[in-house]
Amino acid sequence: MKIQDLVDSLGLVVFTGQTLLDNEVTGGYTSDLLSDVMGFAKEGNIWITLQTHKNVIGVASLKDLSAILLIKGFEPDQDALALAEKEDIPILGTKMGAFEISAKIYNLINS
Amino acid sequence: MKFQYSVEGGDFTMAGHASSQVKKSLKQLGIDSSIIKRVVVALYEAEVNIVAHAYRGVIDVDIESAGIKLKLTDEGPGIPDIEKAMTKGFSTASAAVREMGFGAGMGLPNIRDNSDRFTIDTVVNKGTVLSIEIDFK
Repeated sequence: MKIQDLVDSLGLVVFTGQTLLDNEVTGGYTSDLLSDVMGFAKEGNIWITLQTHKNVIGVASLKDLSAILLIKGFEPDQDALALAEKEDIPILGTKMGAFEISAKIYNLINS
Repeated sequence: MKFQYSVEGGDFTMAGHASSQVKKSLKQLGIDSSIIKRVVVALYEAEVNIVAHAYRGVIDVDIESAGIKLKLTDEGPGIPDIEKAMTKGFSTASAAVREMGFGAGMGLPNIRDNSDRFTIDTVVNKGTVLSIEIDFK
């Protein structure tokens, strides 16, 4: 499944990475703990979190994640946005909470 | 191939810089991606530990044909109880650091799980030296 498919199906906001939406999503990982993501997220995962600072971009880049999805209407910090553009990491957003959006993405990927 | 990076305690804006540079170098050398992934996890955690806990530190990276050696030397509070520090979920990180999603008590376990050889030498009120080795085969 492509990021674009998730954006279209779930009405996600695209904060940055409009040109990267053809990237393949291999699965998802939902966590607000950076070491948890560092240790256990897999390449190509979409990372669902409420953390908005630039270290999130660093982790996503190091782990080759496909995108970051901010929940509950959170928006990325300015320096996070700038780094995401540089590192080619799409940042998406939703008004939904982590439980709801994770379930929806899980169902879409596994349907 | 040897590199050295310095790390400032408390400066989270640069956390992950060394990991990112080392990842690029290993990619250029054509090292297997499953190995690179382990190096990145171990080095990132060790780098963040200096930022979160120490005053300053130096990372020495030595890439040889058989593997990579990482030595992280910091000036800092040291680790009073290594066994406790190695326990998943135990952390002494500040509230501010935890709020950013760091300090989950997973750093040292992550390093151990991703390295082939891992040692900690620490002196309370002086600092800590982590030695991490990961083989390429």
